Amino acid sequence: MSWGSWGEFWAMGGKGFFVWGSYAVTFACLALEVYFLRRRSREAKT
Amino acid sequence: MSTAIRWFWFASPQTFYPLAGAIARVSAVGAALLVAAGLYVGFFVAPTDAQQGEVYRVIFIHVPAAWMSMFLYVVMAFWAAIGLAFNTRLSAMMASAIAPTGALFTFVALWTGALWGRPTWGTYWVWDARLTSELILLFLYLGFMALQAAIDDARRADRAGAVLAIVGVVNVPIIYYSVQWWNTLHQGASVSLTRAPSMASTMLAGMLLMALAFWLYSIAATLARVRCIIRERA
Repeated sequence: MSWGSWGEFWAMGGKGFFVWGSYAVTFACLALEVYFLRRRSREAKT
Repeated sequence: MSTAIRWFWFASPQTFYPLAGAIARVSAVGAALLVAAGLYVGFFVAPTDAQQGEVYRVIFIHVPAAWMSMFLYVVMAFWAAIGLAFNTRLSAMMASAIAPTGALFTFVALWTGALWGRPTWGTYWVWDARLTSELILLFLYLGFMALQAAIDDARRADRAGAVLAIVGVVNVPIIYYSVQWWNTLHQGASVSLTRAPSMASTMLAGMLLMALAFWLYSIAATLARVRCIIRERA
């Protein structure tokens, strides 16, 4: 796939909300889990 | 002294603890690299879908997350059953450690499915067999975690959770075969061992890279959590 421009890339053919909404929430969930795991690990060691 | 391999050496939480840490670190690095590769292939190599346009790119997280949600449940039920049958502490701890990550991937599968369903089916949600059984899977994970959290004695919590996990495993084949057994909006399996894949090979590659990444992420998260549980129960 070759995107014409970054604007085209973010637009995702007009479906940007659905594509980026999926990816944003997924990676936010993973980041939150990593954060909570680190915190729990710190608390478990003290 | 016998010279046989000590299979049960790592069944002790204390000896498993450092090994889990090492495996978790390697898996975390591998997951990060594979996510980067998967996103690159998914967004810059895989072509636009002829029918769906660009919105199909949700597939690169939706399908791997849905696979992980089912696979992790089976692994969780397996360890719960071993713990129940042989009363091994580490097995029950593994089951408890898997549940939150399994719930996370179930939620991700449902969320990305809703955002994919809206532009392709015209609705975020329908009560059809595939979607409903996946929602039940989320409730099974949450129920398992709530049940264990509600019981103070760790060993009793393990046993109660194990019974729930084992009973709930019947839901996994229902999810998997729901698209064949019932009329559903959801499309059939994207990848099958018995026939050639129905998608472009670069699309398939992106999906498999993301699936491997989620797999390694799950290993890292689960082992990091089981280390917390070992310390908390020590």
